[in-house]
Amino acid sequence: MRSFRRRPLTAGAAVIAISVAAGQSAMPQDDKGFGIGQRVSEAELQLWNIDVGIDGAGLPPGEGSVQAGKAIYETKCVACHGAEGLGQPMDRLAGGQGTLKSAKPVKTIGSYWPYATTVFDYVRRAMPLDRPQSLSPDEVYALTAYLLHLNGIVESNAIMNAQTLPMVRMPNRAAFRSDPRPDAANSACQTDCR
Amino acid sequence: MSSRGTIVYGGSDASDEVHDVIREENFLVEAHGKEPRLVGRRAVLRTALGAGGVAAFAARGDAWAEAGPNTVIGLQDWMTTPGRGTGSAPYGLPSHFESAVVRSLTEHTPTDLSAWSFTPLDRLTGIITPNGLVYERHHAGIPDIDPKKHRLAIHGLVERPLVLTMDDLLRLPAVSRIYFLECAGNGYTEVVQMPRSRTAQFSHGLLSCCEWTGIPLGTILDEAGVRPEARWILAEGADAAAMARSIPIEKALDDTLVVYAQNGEMLRPEQGYPIRLLVPGWEGNLSIKWLRRLELGAQPWHTRDETSKYTDLMPDGTVRQFTFVMEAKSVITRPSGGHHLRAHGFHEISGLAWSGRGRVTAVDVSTDGGRTWHRARLDEPVLSKALTRFRSPWRWDGAAALLQSRAIDETGYVQPTREQLIAVRGTNSEDHFNAIHTWRVSENGEVSNALIQA
Repeated sequence: MRSFRRRPLTAGAAVIAISVAAGQSAMPQDDKGFGIGQRVSEAELQLWNIDVGIDGAGLPPGEGSVQAGKAIYETKCVACHGAEGLGQPMDRLAGGQGTLKSAKPVKTIGSYWPYATTVFDYVRRAMPLDRPQSLSPDEVYALTAYLLHLNGIVESNAIMNAQTLPMVRMPNRAAFRSDPRPDAANSACQTDCR
Repeated sequence: MSSRGTIVYGGSDASDEVHDVIREENFLVEAHGKEPRLVGRRAVLRTALGAGGVAAFAARGDAWAEAGPNTVIGLQDWMTTPGRGTGSAPYGLPSHFESAVVRSLTEHTPTDLSAWSFTPLDRLTGIITPNGLVYERHHAGIPDIDPKKHRLAIHGLVERPLVLTMDDLLRLPAVSRIYFLECAGNGYTEVVQMPRSRTAQFSHGLLSCCEWTGIPLGTILDEAGVRPEARWILAEGADAAAMARSIPIEKALDDTLVVYAQNGEMLRPEQGYPIRLLVPGWEGNLSIKWLRRLELGAQPWHTRDETSKYTDLMPDGTVRQFTFVMEAKSVITRPSGGHHLRAHGFHEISGLAWSGRGRVTAVDVSTDGGRTWHRARLDEPVLSKALTRFRSPWRWDGAAALLQSRAIDETGYVQPTREQLIAVRGTNSEDHFNAIHTWRVSENGEVSNALIQA
């Protein structure tokens, strides 16, 4: 079951492996595998390829300031996220630093998020909820700058762009760990267990 | 568990007004030694409702109790009058007497665009979830996608970036597999929330299981030619959330599928029509619905839903990330919260067990709050990363009982108690909660959610 194929199979090998797995007779092999689908260029995928890496890969040209972001936020975001990102009815976006070990942790961009690039990625792909992907790159940079400023992470005169954003160090970055599970041990005790 | 343990009962989900409801609030029992003792109780009786909205479980008892056998064994209208015509329901629906068996929406979100609805596990049997009852979790509503206009792009660290149409995908060699799908947050109401969920639908219903049909993701990736440096895949949906998650290449090539059908028919819109990813045994959010794009990369993207969400905050302030696998878990679905045992004597205890690490090898059932356990019978088939149905005979003597189930999987992992889990993880993390669950059967046969606290 666990065939961790670390390297790509050749097209011909792929055909054989799949045929065996599916219980089918061997199919004609050629250099093109199944020959399904059309080749596509990165330029053709431009409208869909909106992800941003933590190294800044995928960030578009453009830039935005804290002040410009404040103006956009107060027009397009405040109804759901509250004044200055304090939340209600939707997620709180600012504050909460120092609360994560308490009984009532306040998880925000500033207190919780490990990477600033994620702010740009998420706002561009999914916000505002009623009109996603309606914001220009400049607007997304500006909103990102404003949200980082609300959390005390960048100065009020900060400009966010493809060079500056990946340089932003998030306060909670070092808290993130990989999955250590299984982490809780029980026994299959049958009698007199408690 | 100390001899001075306290058992707290409670539960309500106001949206579920299906059958007679006994709401028990601030319901406290102290355990002195090993005998639970009732110390306080306030019960509120709500009335039954509507037309035919009674679960078969309760309805059968009602018929005998209220109508009596002489009335039931008689000539009914349906015996003396022809029924409706063949083909009068081109797409058939359940009997209207089952109209209460529906998904129920959470009350915990401010918008139904980003919300979730629960599968009525307490009213289903077997291991397969009917398509219309599969739980939902959407982040920007349910898109209405024209399959003729839908495309799947594969690019990034591949030799041949490709775009596939639905016609292309349907030509490829397909497989059908039965896998469960469970939201990372399934059971979030059982960590600290009060009141607790009244029924198994609300306590465990972010869980479903279908036969999925589609193409091994490895087949599609081989078609594009994965470059050796590719370690992660970004999977992205065509919905308005453009939901995106990073998935390790090993899992993508192991058992991940790109599926277009569930339980024999094309995917429902709520489940990703026309195609979705299906990542077996791992948190449901990874099984990206309305799949439009797969990008291969050398490292994860750290998207919003794998940093801000779907991560686990520990008591020391550290955060567990990429906690993908859904660990072994089980729940008794019958009898369960909201049910009402109307007779002493024999009752079969039945429920579901599952593990994201493989097969369930055993399920134990306790009727005394975890002091003694009995091995349950597992219904065939018992499949890896699928729901497994367990059954255990029980004679109810009329005394209060605390029902629990405990799953063990093929890795030897034993489903932990709530105390064991919280001792490690605290209560600030609501995801991936897989603790043993307790239902209390009261002396009058009502079943409610119970919390045993150390």
